[in-house]
Amino acid sequence: MPSAVHPLSLIPLGLLLGEAALGLLSVNPIQDLILRTGKAGLVLLLLTLACTPLKRLTGWKWLLALRKPLGLYSFLYVSLHLVAFAVIDFGLDLALISQAIAEKRYVLAGMASFSLLLPLALTSTKAAQRRLGRWWRPLHRLIYPAALLAALHYLWLAKVPREPLIFLAILGGLLALRLPWWRIR
Amino acid sequence: MVKIPSSELTPEPVYLSRRAFLGGAGALSAAALLAACGTERFVSGTTTAGPGATAGLTDELGDPANSLDQITNYNNYYEFTTDKEGVARLAKGFTTSPWEVSVGGLVAQPRTFGFEDLLALEQEERIYRLRCVEAWSMVIPWLGFPLSRLLALVEPRPEAKFVRFETVYRPEEMPGQRDRHYPWPYVEGLRLDEAMHDLAIVATGIYGHALTPQNGAPLRLVVPWKYGFKSIKAIVKIDLVETMPVSLWMALAPMEYGFYANVNPDVTHPRWSQASERRIGTRARRPTLPFNGYAEQVAPLYAGMDLRQHY
Ligand code: HEM
Repeated sequence: MPSAVHPLSLIPLGLLLGEAALGLLSVNPIQDLILRTGKAGLVLLLLTLACTPLKRLTGWKWLLALRKPLGLYSFLYVSLHLVAFAVIDFGLDLALISQAIAEKRYVLAGMASFSLLLPLALTSTKAAQRRLGRWWRPLHRLIYPAALLAALHYLWLAKVPREPLIFLAILGGLLALRLPWWRIR
Repeated sequence: MVKIPSSELTPEPVYLSRRAFLGGAGALSAAALLAACGTERFVSGTTTAGPGATAGLTDELGDPANSLDQITNYNNYYEFTTDKEGVARLAKGFTTSPWEVSVGGLVAQPRTFGFEDLLALEQEERIYRLRCVEAWSMVIPWLGFPLSRLLALVEPRPEAKFVRFETVYRPEEMPGQRDRHYPWPYVEGLRLDEAMHDLAIVATGIYGHALTPQNGAPLRLVVPWKYGFKSIKAIVKIDLVETMPVSLWMALAPMEYGFYANVNPDVTHPRWSQASERRIGTRARRPTLPFNGYAEQVAPLYAGMDLRQHY
């Protein structure tokens, strides 16, 4: 079961590449790339956060082993998302990019989220875990603000807030389940 | 009469050769064009242009027109769906005939026009840039007539200051209208002097053919110096009024959508930076032009106004 996480996480990327190769993307393919990598990144991030509460509910220990690959796949999509935005869309035009960051709070929130996810991805290895010792756990709690910023990012960019609010509600639920008095033992 | 499945639409290279055949006449009789479409495809087969080519058709800045394929498969038309690629499928078969437009309010001669009456007005081609507030743009060869011509027929009274437009409300055919999040029907408005400006047209076609449902058939507004959402589709009602109409987007998100919605790279929308845009079919971003490149013609309409205030 845990090994299914790899093919499943790669489905969105496979679909994206397949559709691109077959010319099935919309006439605004750069937009497709940005939206679909962002969505996959957010969904995988929420799935990462769902493992611990689900394990408490079901007692299935293998769920905990999914956190690392799910988190890393989320980071893969978010990195592609950033490449699509900065390189493919804005052609690394630093003036335009910094203007977008300064003007758009949603870009700022996305960047902030990415900056918090980056050290988590870099310290995801066993070796890093050993080296960081007791600091590893508090460091990896950065996933909570990172997820909140990502959900805010989505809320601030969407023309219609319905879907981002659903994501925010799910995230709120996942975080609330971690509070001591709601914790299911 | 005008219910044309997309399979019967002439691809634009054929249209282009037909256009050359007609000698590039600026003003063509829509009756002749519409009679031609769907019955025969003269000069078809004589074209050498590949699919998607728009050889020679450019806007006045020299940028090529987008292909019919691009124009008819990437649409913001929330009456059908919020999915830009899904509109074409859902709008297929939308009933556009018979169609009536009532033009009234503060006018001396209120009238209900059949769509055929409007086709009897002289139709001309206008190649305009369309700039969406989502920061993408296209170049579209519209067919239509100046809105001022229609308004003149009903004789606006002196108290009339604004024009209010309304889209058809038909939830049984427009699934997006069943979504109660939006205060349907779609409403848009123009100041009367904006509406009388020669650049503001009522479009009845694209590439010399009747509009497809996903592009607003049978008739829509096109105001090229404003963001695309001002160019309301499938119009059934036009009223001249004294006070500024409240558009659907103003009602839904008053902080984000103003009445004027002139394309302006310096006024940033809370969601999208408007400094640059992506032209569909090209890769590099391009700077957005004030008034979408029509500043010379329309800036005088706003003389003395603070456009940051009146966004
Ligand atoms: C690295 C910095 C980031 C930048 C510059 C950025 C930029 C963008 C842009 C430009 C859009 C498209 C907005 C539009 O066209 O309307 C977008 C959409 C989105 N982004 Fe990001 N983003 C960043 C980080 C993130 C992160 C960390 C996540 C989630 C983990 C994320 C999730 C999303 C989602 C879910 C969407 C909307 C997709 C949809 O509408 O279907 N982004 N982002």
